[in-house]
Amino acid sequence: MSASEEHSWTAAVRERAVAALPPEKLLSDRQPTYVASWIYVFGVLSLASLAVIIGSGTILALKGPGWWHFTGVGHFFNGTHLWAVELFFFFMIIHLWGKYWMAAWRGGRVGVWITGAVTFLVAIPCALTGYVSQQNFDAQWISTQAKDAMNAAGIGSFFNLLNFGQMYSYHVLLLPAAVVGIVIAHVLLVRKHGVVPPFTVPSTGDGADASTPAREEVSS
Amino acid sequence: MSRRERLANDERYREWKGAYRPYDLVKEASIALGVVLALVLLLTVVFSSPDEKPSTVQSWARTDPVDFVTTATTELDGSSDTGGYGPPYNHASDGQHLLFIYLQKWLGVSHPIDTAQDFVLAPLRSITGQPALQAAVTAYESASPDQQTKWTAAYENALAKANASANNTAVSVPAGAYGPLPTMMAGLLGFAQSGGLDGALLTSKQFYQTDYTKPLMLMADGGLLADRAQAEHLLGSQWGMMNETGSYPGQVWLWLYTFWYQIKPFSTSANADILVMAIMGVLSLALVLIPFIPGIRDIPRWVPVYRLIWREHYRSQGT
Repeated sequence: MSASEEHSWTAAVRERAVAALPPEKLLSDRQPTYVASWIYVFGVLSLASLAVIIGSGTILALKGPGWWHFTGVGHFFNGTHLWAVELFFFFMIIHLWGKYWMAAWRGGRVGVWITGAVTFLVAIPCALTGYVSQQNFDAQWISTQAKDAMNAAGIGSFFNLLNFGQMYSYHVLLLPAAVVGIVIAHVLLVRKHGVVPPFTVPSTGDGADASTPAREEVSS
Repeated sequence: MSRRERLANDERYREWKGAYRPYDLVKEASIALGVVLALVLLLTVVFSSPDEKPSTVQSWARTDPVDFVTTATTELDGSSDTGGYGPPYNHASDGQHLLFIYLQKWLGVSHPIDTAQDFVLAPLRSITGQPALQAAVTAYESASPDQQTKWTAAYENALAKANASANNTAVSVPAGAYGPLPTMMAGLLGFAQSGGLDGALLTSKQFYQTDYTKPLMLMADGGLLADRAQAEHLLGSQWGMMNETGSYPGQVWLWLYTFWYQIKPFSTSANADILVMAIMGVLSLALVLIPFIPGIRDIPRWVPVYRLIWREHYRSQGT
């Protein structure tokens, strides 16, 4: 049997991937006309903030956890990391609220909503492990206080906020990998399903259904 | 609306069959990155970031020797917060529970701490060249538990009236039957003030250390961290969970989590942490599963915020 006649796992994966998300959908150069509100920018702003977090965090990780305490440059990059995190959560929460009011799970987009909500929930322990990895008074206080909730829930037996080494590992690798992985899945699902269309409402004008306008290209 | 009608209605939103317009995804992402980067740089240059120096056992013993000795005595008789904590540190209690669910107890003691041995006796035993001190430790260890309790109880009462010396290197208490405790505590205070106790609490089976559980638990039993936290508005009663040292924004996204701690029954419950964790767990699950929760998923349809979001679309449609 020739290779071409054999069932190729690689070819099967490629065909399924391309069928699910063809290049023109993955990097589409058009979008529905209803995508015309400032609320839409908070998704991409969240992604941009995440990119700055990863970038500044990478620099801090490359120099080691103590660097930023005793150098001006290190302290500067710590500042960028902190403010990028604050902006990330700010943008993400507005994005989540916006998508809630759009009921953005409609039309088979439940997975988009779930991955977005899970991103927010996973980002919280990701930030927490960063706070307790700071090696300053803030880290001492937060870790000794937050441990009680972890312990009460049984999580503390394997997730010890007072163990700097463990928290640092979670913060620079495990949880960021989880956040980035879920965000990638979220973005791919958005590209696959497209932005949720507006609610259908009765027309008061020419009788056309608001959800099914004529199919035509219009210039911006 | 029946389930079939709802699914049929939902299906209408699966694919947009209306008009499209040109859009540059990469350009938008690049602009967003530039805007966020500029914003981050501006915030960093203007506000920088907080970095309050950490406390040490040494600094605690030097600045407040009475509190240090009082805490050490409660560690010796097991009456400290850590001594009575329960899992994952010891078996002194079952820990918190929710109805019949004892997760803290069930997960067991994974980070064992014997407060008397780990915080007091073993560090004292590591001090060499002080035979009187070692004799005092031997006398304490040889005494009956009942005698030990009498000494520690009397000493703790006396410490309520204790004074530190002018240079904070000694603690004096009214005369009493404290057995070897004054000698032991004087030795431990000196050891802590020299920085020796910080190192002794990190000692484990290997050279490299990353686990600060023991020194942090000891310091948290004292008043130093709490005093600093209160001054920085970081206590739980000050909504501290979402605050940061100085005037910086902290983990503001935890506002709902810390809210529960401000109200009864959580603010007074011995099981507040597991109760709040349970509530937030349920609410988090609800957030993820909103598309499946009747009522919550329908609010966006009932409250026409969408009219604002898609106002141009509806205007163009004459709706």
